[in-house]
Amino acid sequence: MEPFTRLDAVACPLGLANVDTDQLIPARFMSRPRAAGYGSFLLHDLRYDDAGATRGFLLDTPRHAGARILVARRNFGTGSSREAAIYALWDFGIRCVIAPSFGDIFASNAVKNGLLPAQVTEEAAETLIAALERMAAPRLAVDLVTMKIGGAGSDIGFTLDPVRRLQLLNGWDDLDLTRRHAAEIAAFRARRLAAHPYALPAQD
Amino acid sequence: MTAKPRTLFDKLWDAHVIVTREDGEALLWIDRHFVHEGSHHAFRALDGRGLPLAEPGLTFGIADHYVPTRGRPHIPDPEIAGMVSRLADNAGRHGFRLFGLDDPAQGIVHVVGPEQGLTLPGLTIVCGDSHTSTHGAFGAFAFGIGASEVAHVLMTQTLWQRKPKRMRAWFDGRPGPHVAAKDLALHLIRTIGADGARGHALEYAGAAIAALSMESRLTLCNMGIEAGARLALVAPDETTFAYLRGRPFAPEGAALEAAIAEWRGLASDPDAAFDREVTIDAAAIAPTVTWGVSPEDALPIDAAVPDPAAAGSAARADYLRAALTYMGLAPGQRLEDIRIDRAFIGSCTNARIEDLRAAAAVLRGRRARVPGLVSPGSSLVRRQAEAEGLDRVFIEAGFVWGESGCSMCVGMNGDTVGAGERCASTTNRNFRGRQGKDARTHIMSPAMVAAAAVTGRLTDVRALGEA
Repeated sequence: MEPFTRLDAVACPLGLANVDTDQLIPARFMSRPRAAGYGSFLLHDLRYDDAGATRGFLLDTPRHAGARILVARRNFGTGSSREAAIYALWDFGIRCVIAPSFGDIFASNAVKNGLLPAQVTEEAAETLIAALERMAAPRLAVDLVTMKIGGAGSDIGFTLDPVRRLQLLNGWDDLDLTRRHAAEIAAFRARRLAAHPYALPAQD
Repeated sequence: MTAKPRTLFDKLWDAHVIVTREDGEALLWIDRHFVHEGSHHAFRALDGRGLPLAEPGLTFGIADHYVPTRGRPHIPDPEIAGMVSRLADNAGRHGFRLFGLDDPAQGIVHVVGPEQGLTLPGLTIVCGDSHTSTHGAFGAFAFGIGASEVAHVLMTQTLWQRKPKRMRAWFDGRPGPHVAAKDLALHLIRTIGADGARGHALEYAGAAIAALSMESRLTLCNMGIEAGARLALVAPDETTFAYLRGRPFAPEGAALEAAIAEWRGLASDPDAAFDREVTIDAAAIAPTVTWGVSPEDALPIDAAVPDPAAAGSAARADYLRAALTYMGLAPGQRLEDIRIDRAFIGSCTNARIEDLRAAAAVLRGRRARVPGLVSPGSSLVRRQAEAEGLDRVFIEAGFVWGESGCSMCVGMNGDTVGAGERCASTTNRNFRGRQGKDARTHIMSPAMVAAAAVTGRLTDVRALGEA
């Protein structure tokens, strides 16, 4: 996994609340192989009309070309557990989403793919959205070491679970960590199945 | 010194921790892993590492997201057919039990698990599907995960997790006639918000919950994720144990009695502390429907849709305006004046036998004014309904009697609501485009969908009277 330390990049003030993962990637695209890239599926139905022509959605305006940061309102990534929502963000180029709250599964999926879900207060999100709308060239600098967002007046702090922060900073993969516990896992399995026989399904 | 009082969730957590790191992350043992067609990314990761499936005996495949509801086994779209056959290939290659398209017990994973006795109290259960919270109705620690975590479980049968906080929703009183588990759930979500239980294990408790059937508890826990909860729980009791008897994969005889003796301890201790508690008077809840694009956009059926002009903030007004525009509704419009184009009865939320009975009771002797589809929660539910003659009731009312799958809840199999069309639906999500591009979804209980189908508009089923 690609480590995340600091990102100074074009930021798009999405400004929407309750952006669910069905909007991030509509279900009909999820049978496609990842190899071809999921970037064009990101927020597809907000960005394209029925003929496939762009609707001029904020993310597609020249002002936000090359955006790697999104700023949204509360409950971003709510809903379906589809990790394809992260693939769509990632393949489009987004590396960080800033919002007052995230769906739990979305936030977990994000970190496992190297994407930073930076949580800020409602007020801070409003400040960032207003500042980005005013800027001639909308950019923010997100620093995972100092946990600060710069570029919109005085620095704004954000939060992230410390374990997830370390994982992102180091680009750690869960599996490498888990394998170190192989003996404990085997011992636990044996104990559990012996003490709680129902844990093993009866044969049908 | 006496042991510290624990919540039901604390007990489930403690029983599954293999190791806890200094930073607080715990490695949990997973008792059951359900996979479906959408798990293909994770199987590719497994194959990419050249690793075997860690526990084929604890892994169960279910074809539900992409399966057709009509014309089986033929699947005309090659991309959809590929999704269904890829799951079967993975099951064959890795040697786990598959409830595939041709299996008489096939159905939606969150219906099949309980029905087969794979879902039991005290188990950890995961699936790459957010509605895995459903299984918590049995007092199981069940939660949805993403593809990276599915891959991790396939490889190790474990997951790293941080312990969620504990929340209890206490439902006092008795709900009135035609007020179903769906109404309790929607009422809770509109009260606390679609992220109101974020980061929490949500336990439902109180007299109104104890009186619920397993089917209703499953509906309630299913909707827990729509309140943002990491997982949902109901403590197991006699209702739970009675349901489990005779299920194919559940223990039997002395083994079952021993298990039940243990499961009786799966309740929150009287003095256990919750991080958050809410109390709701179930007797005050009316049949509830959604008007907008989030499950929190819910109101009692006798209300009117909100007016952005009366919103408390500019951001809220923006939200309401966008939601009303998408939904094609006018500010202040009465809910009962909203006309619908179609009806759907199905999904892991509301397609169990009790749900089909409730809808059929409203439809018996009546005709639907709009096209409707019924997709039973499982092929066994479908056969049970047919044995009770419910299929005839639906067909005579004008509904299509389909096969079992996720169907029009998520539209992956091609069952979609057309652009601009409005659907009264027993499903769990009224998100933009959820049931199809530009589709408009109103979620509600099965009886309320049946009532809406009969009148062609959102309707208070209590006012419908006898057929």
